[in-house]
Amino acid sequence: MTLLQQWVALKTIVVKEFMRFIRIWIQTVIPAAIMTMLYFVIIGKLIGSRLGTMHGIPYVDYIAPGLVLMAIINNSYGNVVASFFSAKFQRHIEEMLISPMPNYLIVLGFVIGGLLRGSVVGLVTGVVAAFFVNVHIYHFLIVVLVATLTSVLFSLGGLLNAVFAKTFDDISIVPTFVLTPLTYLGGIFYSVDILSDFWRTLSLANPVLYMINAMRYGMLGVSDINISIAFTIIIVFVIGLYGYAVYLLRYGVGMRQ
Amino acid sequence: MTLALAIQGLRKTYPSGVEALKGVDLSVEEGDFFALLGPNGAGKSTVIGIVCSLLRKTTGAVSVFGYNIDRDIARAKSCIGLVPQEFNFNQFEPIVEIVTNQAGYYGIDRHTADQRAEKYLTQLQLWERRFDMARELSGGMKRRLMIARALVHEPRLLILDEPTAGVDIEIRRSMWEFLRTINAQGTTVILTTHYLEEAENLCKHIAIINNGLTIASSELKTLLMKLHVETFLLNIKQPLTTVPQISGFTLSLVDDSTLAVNITKDQNMNDLFQELAARRIDVLSMRNKTNRLEEMFMRLVDRGEL
Repeated sequence: MTLLQQWVALKTIVVKEFMRFIRIWIQTVIPAAIMTMLYFVIIGKLIGSRLGTMHGIPYVDYIAPGLVLMAIINNSYGNVVASFFSAKFQRHIEEMLISPMPNYLIVLGFVIGGLLRGSVVGLVTGVVAAFFVNVHIYHFLIVVLVATLTSVLFSLGGLLNAVFAKTFDDISIVPTFVLTPLTYLGGIFYSVDILSDFWRTLSLANPVLYMINAMRYGMLGVSDINISIAFTIIIVFVIGLYGYAVYLLRYGVGMRQ
Repeated sequence: MTLALAIQGLRKTYPSGVEALKGVDLSVEEGDFFALLGPNGAGKSTVIGIVCSLLRKTTGAVSVFGYNIDRDIARAKSCIGLVPQEFNFNQFEPIVEIVTNQAGYYGIDRHTADQRAEKYLTQLQLWERRFDMARELSGGMKRRLMIARALVHEPRLLILDEPTAGVDIEIRRSMWEFLRTINAQGTTVILTTHYLEEAENLCKHIAIINNGLTIASSELKTLLMKLHVETFLLNIKQPLTTVPQISGFTLSLVDDSTLAVNITKDQNMNDLFQELAARRIDVLSMRNKTNRLEEMFMRLVDRGEL
């Protein structure tokens, strides 16, 4: 395929993926906004007002970066895992597999789809957050970079889950038993500095911690960890998972016998 | 002449250990209308799956218009349009989008894709339903949708895996006509089917696969000429209670007004009719007991004859 043909093919997947979640925006965009609003009202305002500050920042402001990133993570992951597994289940993934499209383009198309959903949801939850918090973005570029890279990373995660999944149960097990605990234990609602040494050290093994702290640094200027380490970890994960996803598609794992 | 499809020594063993193909060889010439026949589980769909890169081969060589699928898979794929046996489109997507998206995957710009979608959906009588969700279509319409989708990038080789399965006679015949037109315009067509009448009507060449091996591959006429014996059913005017004895012919009674007779290639039907007339047996009509291809297929697959 020429570069122009590859561009057309990529655009086709991206537009298809975008239209897929926009058509059902009530199911795909609104729930995240409602969940975020509830977190701000209950944990941020009602409980948070009694907790005082964290790193010298009002509690409701402190949790805002994590809540926005959690919405991005869940929606990027959910978009790709549902879309790709559905394509596998209904076998219309074969439409792409029989075409001359290279595998890296198929992966890229689905990931951009997840990124778009993550971005739309991130914007919506950001707007919701603006009603509850008084945050002046500390470093806009870092916020955009962290949100984008995290969205890409979890879109890839969703794709890998879908590749290996054989049943609908398989695509709910990982989000329930892996993704949710990692996200909640990744420091959305607290600083790891308040933990004992053992739990603090254990928390450092959680990659989501680095993303949330990087986001918090971009929005508030505070972080429990070094921002360079956070970016390095995110980028290494993105490259590693992208390469693995392309490898799996090339060898047809979960799709071609 | 470049072969549209060349397969040599194709073998496929599934991870379960099932050996689906044990050495299939096929040659399909450009412009041909080719039938791939075989009983259920013979390996036809496995062959097609490998050619279209939906399955991985174990060993062997496959080339599409000279492009080897191991070395030049993208070019080989560009030449192929596939109509699979099972419905494999998004049931919740509008028909026209299924077709235009498929064009997009082949790098065809949106304007051209829209034009071709209109052309093929119109030819297959689906244009009026273009905004309907795929799940709202009848079985026959879904099959036609898959044909439109397979043609939208205008492939040089169209592969149809049982395209008329479960389709009523009227639609089946209109699909035959459409496929004949596509073939006449230069597209090579490979068809698998259980309707042997379909293969006999449409195809110039056939190959028969059984137990993962090619057991016959030649021009249809040549294969049919190898049939030594055909069975005809004669509908007679006066009911019979006993089988007439005619020297050189083997007759049997199907019921009191139907005679079955085996005719070899060396025998003359006129001789039979003269003998029957001499016995005052009037023949009202005559037909083949089975169609010729079916007869040949059964002999090859069941009895290994010919």
